[in-house]
Amino acid sequence: MYVHEFQAKQLLSGYGVPAPRGAVARTPEAARDAAREIGGDAWAVKAQILAGGRGKAGGVKIAESLDAVATKSRELLGSTLVTEQTGAAGRKVASVYIEERVAAARELYLAILVDRASGRVAFLTSAEGGEDIEAAVARDPARIDKLVIDPGVGPPGGPPGDPDDAGLRAAAADLGLDGAAAQAAVALMRGLYQAFLELDASLIEINPLALTETGELRAVDVKLNLDDNALFRHPELEALRDPDDLDPTEMEAARYEINYVKLDGDIGCMVNGAGLALATLDAIGRAGGAAADFMDVRPVATREQIATGFRLVLTNPKVKAILVNVFGGGILRCDTIAEGIAAAVRAHGLQVPLILRLAGTNMEIAKKTLIGQSVPVTFADDMAQAAELVVRAAKAGTARSGAA
Amino acid sequence: MAILVHGETKVICQGMTGAQATFHCEQAIAYGTKLVAGVTPGKGGGKHLYLPVFDDVAAAVAATGAEVSLVFVPPRAAADAIVEAIDAGVPLIVCVTERVPVLDMVRVKRRLEDSTSRLIGPNSPGVITPEACKIGVMPGHIHFPGRIGIASRSASLAYEAVAQTTANRLGQSTCVGIGGDPVHGMGFADCLELFLDDPETEGVLLIGEIGGAAEEEAAAFLSARKAAGAPTKPVVAYIAGEDAPTGRRMGHAGTVNVFGKGGADDKIAALRAAGAVIAESAAEIGATMRRALR
Repeated sequence: MYVHEFQAKQLLSGYGVPAPRGAVARTPEAARDAAREIGGDAWAVKAQILAGGRGKAGGVKIAESLDAVATKSRELLGSTLVTEQTGAAGRKVASVYIEERVAAARELYLAILVDRASGRVAFLTSAEGGEDIEAAVARDPARIDKLVIDPGVGPPGGPPGDPDDAGLRAAAADLGLDGAAAQAAVALMRGLYQAFLELDASLIEINPLALTETGELRAVDVKLNLDDNALFRHPELEALRDPDDLDPTEMEAARYEINYVKLDGDIGCMVNGAGLALATLDAIGRAGGAAADFMDVRPVATREQIATGFRLVLTNPKVKAILVNVFGGGILRCDTIAEGIAAAVRAHGLQVPLILRLAGTNMEIAKKTLIGQSVPVTFADDMAQAAELVVRAAKAGTARSGAA
Repeated sequence: MAILVHGETKVICQGMTGAQATFHCEQAIAYGTKLVAGVTPGKGGGKHLYLPVFDDVAAAVAATGAEVSLVFVPPRAAADAIVEAIDAGVPLIVCVTERVPVLDMVRVKRRLEDSTSRLIGPNSPGVITPEACKIGVMPGHIHFPGRIGIASRSASLAYEAVAQTTANRLGQSTCVGIGGDPVHGMGFADCLELFLDDPETEGVLLIGEIGGAAEEEAAAFLSARKAAGAPTKPVVAYIAGEDAPTGRRMGHAGTVNVFGKGGADDKIAALRAAGAVIAESAAEIGATMRRALR
């Protein structure tokens, strides 16, 4: 679960992460008041959305007067930002974060994450941060250094001179820091490590980490991702979830424990298993189509969950054809899927072509169920054929609606 | 021989008295798996599915000589259950639990490094040697004894690969669901090593997906093995997620990837360079393997 920038900065300030002074605002007037309260003569006005790529999409503006703070806030509030991570629909800006502007002598990059290669927590550092870092690292991977922390030896919390400290000091040197700034970076990394463990984070990224003209460190932008699987340990963090930011369909899917991501195409998908769902998107792409969603109904899904999932696909106005791809396993059997689909079709009707590819446990019973309940469906023998059929059906649907 | 589990492998189940565990243990027994005991704290001395139940893993292992523990407990208890099995010296631990906190797994992984235990999972469908031993939640009836070793991150794609190798009359030596979580036990490289050394396995299928670096590690292992002149076998790989948008979480796959790593293209290129054959789509896994064996 991502939290907003302002929430991340509030949470991390308790761990000694030095963020610029700032306040969140939901109206231009509140933004102006916030800027006056913060003081200074220049402010950053930052759209609070839960997706990366915000800066490049125009979601961060600099204001050099209180009037400009209000004007820029008015431009952002209520607007929809489309970034490289939001999909074409974009994200609506419900709040802005007003922050004192930091004059950076240098912009650094510092992140802490679960490093999949080692199965441990690791710091990533670069002496050259900023919003172009992704492209720069793609060209030259050596610009990023990694420090893996051994959980058996414990966090780097020992006194200075402790062996663990050496790793952190080396990481500070990788940031291009020395003297007091290097010491501040070591303290910052200790705080981040403690925060990471205590919050059950999966990523904390500070980019840029500004080194000011006076040699101080400031976390100018912070991204915090919490481990969804550990939220049961943190009811107070669950409360940070922003209901406005989630797509309503994605919210409803989450309530029924369905993994659902809205996409930009016109072919509705329901699949059991994340891997098979990804492979289904690939098969649709290969056949020349584009999926309207990624939907993974988990192997423990009930008939009601299936019906809900299928309703979410059915009622998406963009959907011109539907593909259901199911491999009945040890738990989720094909007949459960068929009953769920039939229930959703009874309740909501079926206006678009439905292609089904069923394999595995109770496949034949499932086919009989659907035919018996007169659900108009085309059965495919395998995934490739299913993808071709659904892409053809969606294209025919587009041609029809174009003619009408 | 197959790998990891065979007809005589003795298995216990941690959490056997739970509803889902009961269902899958019944299925395993019906399949012929030598399930010998269950472990549920506080229920020691009782019986479940006509098998003895113990309070802890150490007691169950001492009484039965079990070599495998199937961990079937809720997410919040999974890490401790795995560590208990490690401490009891269980050689193979299979964890099917979904949604285990990742930092719990960091702790487990560190404990594994100092032990002789192997871990499959978490979030794994389990491991099966057809018509000999089924440990986990996979449907037994789609498997057929044969020549192909399968390792998969995704359960649903593992079933797909099994069904296609069965349909192509190749069958499976052993099928390992390594699980989709970012920090887990055995990886592709570990499975590959066992399969390449197993005389019954004639070809290996790796079913990967976007995110992480397990496929790249398998490619590096394969290249090193070839460079050392050790014998290899045909390896076919399929990577799901070529068309997935970046930066979005897709179920367990394609989670936070910093700096654009973990894309399907990189994985496919690495595996190709190591001599693996790439199945172009999920529908062609079995046919690609059959061609690679010629």
